[in-house]
Amino acid sequence: MFKNSFIQLILVQIRDFYREPAALFWSLLFPVLMAWGLGIAFSKKPEQTKTIALVLNEHQNTNSFERYITKSTFIKKTDSISGTSFFYIDYGNEKLGITHYIIKPVNNQQAELMIKRGNAALFLSINDSTLEYHFDRYNSDAQLSYLQLSSLFKGEVQLSQQSEVMPMIEKGTRYVDFLIPGLIAMNVMMSVMWGISYTLIENRTKKLLRRMVATPMPKWEYIASHIVARIILCFIEAIIIFSFSYYYFNITIEGSILAFIILFLSGIIAFSGIAVLIASRTAKTQVGNGLINLIVMPMMLLSGIYFSYHNFPDKVIPLIQALPLTMLADGVRAIFNESAGIIQIWKYILILNALGLITFTIGLKTFKWY
Amino acid sequence: MNAMETHILEVKDVYKHFKEVKAVDGVNFSVNSGEFIALLGPNGAGKTTTVEMIEGIQVPKRGEILISGMTWKRDEKSIRNKIGISLQETRFIDKLTTKETIQLFASFYKLPSSRVDEVLEIVNLSEKKKSFVQNLSGGQRQKLALAIALLNNAPLLLLDEPTTGLDPTARREIWNILIDLKRNRKTSLILTTHYMEEAEYLCDRIIIMDKGKILAQGTLDELLSANNSKEIIEFSTYDSFPNDFFCYDGVYKLVWDERTNSGKLIVGSIVAQLPIFLERINQLGIKLNQLECRKLTLDDLFISMTGKHLAD
Repeated sequence: MFKNSFIQLILVQIRDFYREPAALFWSLLFPVLMAWGLGIAFSKKPEQTKTIALVLNEHQNTNSFERYITKSTFIKKTDSISGTSFFYIDYGNEKLGITHYIIKPVNNQQAELMIKRGNAALFLSINDSTLEYHFDRYNSDAQLSYLQLSSLFKGEVQLSQQSEVMPMIEKGTRYVDFLIPGLIAMNVMMSVMWGISYTLIENRTKKLLRRMVATPMPKWEYIASHIVARIILCFIEAIIIFSFSYYYFNITIEGSILAFIILFLSGIIAFSGIAVLIASRTAKTQVGNGLINLIVMPMMLLSGIYFSYHNFPDKVIPLIQALPLTMLADGVRAIFNESAGIIQIWKYILILNALGLITFTIGLKTFKWY
Repeated sequence: MNAMETHILEVKDVYKHFKEVKAVDGVNFSVNSGEFIALLGPNGAGKTTTVEMIEGIQVPKRGEILISGMTWKRDEKSIRNKIGISLQETRFIDKLTTKETIQLFASFYKLPSSRVDEVLEIVNLSEKKKSFVQNLSGGQRQKLALAIALLNNAPLLLLDEPTTGLDPTARREIWNILIDLKRNRKTSLILTTHYMEEAEYLCDRIIIMDKGKILAQGTLDELLSANNSKEIIEFSTYDSFPNDFFCYDGVYKLVWDERTNSGKLIVGSIVAQLPIFLERINQLGIKLNQLECRKLTLDDLFISMTGKHLAD
């Protein structure tokens, strides 16, 4: 069909990809499932239910608690079998989002278990006619519950008259708008690192590299074919994730498409360089697995793919921002959500390409063919 | 005709040491155009290292290798086109078909696709051309490796254990392909093997290697006639017996295997030695299990030289 050896080498990678059902699942279907699952899980947030433990000792019953609340706003339901009563109350409205609180009378041990297992973030107790709130000061979710409950107990169901909540539902500000560009960036890293490193190491252990360099095949052609094949596959993968996100979450590229393509290519180049360097002397696939994970795992956790890295301590943020995945993810987000063009992201492009070029050169120089 | 012109390969005083191990320890031989050579030896004899140095995969520590008068240092590109290679245990890509695999290698040599069909035909893999490599049998995989070695019509073929692990039928099939090549193409071949009959059947000359050194080389007749006057008494017993038992005139060598209580006695003449052997056995009251008398074979020669069986 094609006599050109470079095209033949690229075809090998592409065939290896589409003939492997596992590869198709992990690189095409799985990212879409992730985008769908996470996008759904974190975007339908206007309603949620929280359970609060109410610790009562042997001398107390639910009547002791009722003294602290404005009865009209609470619904009390009594279980006909056990005879225990639960209190239900809602906080918020359609604009603010609604939190359903369930206040459940329990004993000390039960309350402790609920906290440990994460079933409740806060528990109440009554001591010398004082209502006490128990929660972790550093848990912002528990703090929020405290504020909402205490205002409910005082009977303040509505917010202050002078202010109004304006929910943000425009594109670019939702959680999925944050998530999808991150997933696209992470997919580049995963696809390139596993696709290139693993295949190179495997072909070395199979002694196929040894056989290939014994022919007149130019060595650079072999390695370059992996990178070109990855570029093709990464674009296909990105198009699939993007199309899904466009139709399902109505996500669009607000900024320059050209800038996106260039940044995307730069990301592939950066990770290809790292992948070639990792694979340059590794003789066993098991060792390769470890090395790839060593590079990939920290970036998956730190680079703010799922949640913003600004929650990390200020001191480490500059380090996180220097990671290639962070640059790629931040860059893609800027293009998608902030209408960025090349001018806003040229630094990322430059650094990613430089990183790719340096690691690739070292990798090629130290590459062990047999 | 000048001797230099007919040598397609010259290996001159080549050494290769890995740390403590002398993998190849001063090897000299040459291959004439159209000649089939077998490198015979047990595992670890240095066959593969020798072949890989000829293939340019390893670099000799000392010595010189000339392929059609060219060296790897100066003429890497031309040499690559002059040799066809099949390495030990290369695994090709599982999800490629036989034809696609050959096509890939053909592209490295810039060969037309008609050549792909040709080599498929030569190694009888045409029926399997659409099968994935992962579904091929051991014999078919070896034939695929052979097809790739044949692609560029190289005047010198280097095949490293091309039939190891194959059943007799598959082995015979590969032999026939090689014999055809010899007849039709006048190809030169270096083949490593630890099958004696493979060396006997295919090759004009046999080089016996062990521990990095060449122990003997020549045609089968030459190797055997050097030991022409020798014959073999092969036997096994129910008991072991004293070490000094065979120290008497007329016995060249005893190879004794303690595990199986069997031995080979290399003697000048069976007629003269057999009665003496039996008499001594009788005297000691040792009971024989088996007894066989015959002419020396290449296998016996190998064992007498290396003290090992080829398959060890």
